[in-house]
Amino acid sequence: MPKLDLKELGVRGVNSALHGIPNGANEPDWLITNPMGQHAIACGLDAPIEVTINGHVGFYCGGMNQQAGITIHGHAGVGIAENMMSGQVRVMGSASDSAGATAHGGLLVIEGDASSRCGISMKGVDIVVGGSVGHMSGFMAQSGHLVVCGDASDALGDSIYEAIMFVRGKVASLGADCVEKEMRPEHLAKLAELLNAANIDADPGNFRRYGSARTLYNFDIDNADAY
Amino acid sequence: MRCWRDASILGMHAGGMTMCGIVGLYLKDPTLQASLGELFAPMLIEMTDRGPDSAGFAIYRDPVSEHQTKFTLASDDPDTDWKALDTDLARALICQARLDIQGDHAVLVTDADAFAAQAWLAESRPRIRVVGSGRSIEIFKQTGLPKDVVEQFKLTSAHGSHAIGHTRMATESAVTTAGSHPFATGLDLCLVHNGSLSNHNHLRRKLERDGIVFQTENDTEVAAGFMTLNLRRGLSLHAALEAGLVELDGFYTFCVGTADGFAVVRDPFGCKHAVLAETGEWVAMATEYRAIAHLPGADTARIWEPEPHKIYTWGSA
Repeated sequence: MPKLDLKELGVRGVNSALHGIPNGANEPDWLITNPMGQHAIACGLDAPIEVTINGHVGFYCGGMNQQAGITIHGHAGVGIAENMMSGQVRVMGSASDSAGATAHGGLLVIEGDASSRCGISMKGVDIVVGGSVGHMSGFMAQSGHLVVCGDASDALGDSIYEAIMFVRGKVASLGADCVEKEMRPEHLAKLAELLNAANIDADPGNFRRYGSARTLYNFDIDNADAY
Repeated sequence: MRCWRDASILGMHAGGMTMCGIVGLYLKDPTLQASLGELFAPMLIEMTDRGPDSAGFAIYRDPVSEHQTKFTLASDDPDTDWKALDTDLARALICQARLDIQGDHAVLVTDADAFAAQAWLAESRPRIRVVGSGRSIEIFKQTGLPKDVVEQFKLTSAHGSHAIGHTRMATESAVTTAGSHPFATGLDLCLVHNGSLSNHNHLRRKLERDGIVFQTENDTEVAAGFMTLNLRRGLSLHAALEAGLVELDGFYTFCVGTADGFAVVRDPFGCKHAVLAETGEWVAMATEYRAIAHLPGADTARIWEPEPHKIYTWGSA
């Protein structure tokens, strides 16, 4: 497996090397060593390659990813896989805030905990968190799925649009316009599919579903005084 | 949400919009104390991108005896005659005084009454500022790149038990060394702050009625004054921070040092970045993990983002 030493090449050197890989190249597996918490590692990839990062990464790792699979053997800083379009990003440790922010597609798996605002403004990505998520997760989430195997902190799904959230543990509180919804067979099937894709062993029957009450879509005349 | 106004009572400035980095290192393993500076200096330097305009740090080392006080003094005047200061003080207050000059700062150890010594300094050396006081704390800060500040105060070769630091990026107020840590006799309190407080004027007036003296209009100085008052009233650092979570309105990540304690706390919204790492040998806090990455054992350390509204303490905090 070709190795890219970030200490030697720097972030730009590593990212340029990954961007230069042509589609259908013979070397689909790449290893990044010495990430040293640097920001924007493996950003903007657009090839069906597998990238393994040995160590902790800083902010925005795997941002804008398309097609690539990125596995981080460590902790991820703020904004992991932000604006991902497709592919898969897996964090074997925990992640700081705004994981998967605004992401349009692909799968983000965080084996540990995710901090606050996980899935903020997500637009189609599927996020599976093995542990718990911090406050205001799923804030203004538009579409996609957020699966939380642990607990969710305060204000889950505040101002949520059409994203679907599944939580196995306790929910400290729901944000504005977020409600618990019935778990129908199609939801159980989708959740099983997501857990399977994330390679996380959990019984879909133990989760609850949350989503939008859809009361914020239209202006409510009773609130006229507030303006 | 305005998440970009930072301040520090390490005394970088008096208010103003900035974007900064904070770092802290607490050594659990005493055998590492000889290399505190060697471990801590790269943390401060790594935060240069977040704060290239000035830097400062507090280091806890060489505690003086119970009837002595250690002052860190700073002067903006390059012609300051430090030499005469200790002899003049000794003569005036009939006490012992020892001065150790470090860059444009000096560490003064005296057995004079702490309040009397400070009154004498204010009277006879009005251009010299007291930037820190206590039994073990020493505070150094200066404009310029963190690496130059590290070099000027020989941080790399420093020993000690723990240190906290701040790098400042000034985006509105001037780059000066003015505005200094409030006087906190014997408390060894130091606090670095990333964020901003919205009720500091109200709190400052309240604290002034309780006898806290402020040197600047800085919001962070109010947070320190608040901690100082509560510690003086006998609260533990943990309890003082708990009271702070109720009284201080705004967004902040604080890293606080006392003589033998270290604490980290974030506001209820967790607005400002922070990461903690812990091994059997040390605990480190930083605005970004990259400031911690070089520490021995960081690869396998427990790493997590501190939860908002939760107080983390080490040592006798």
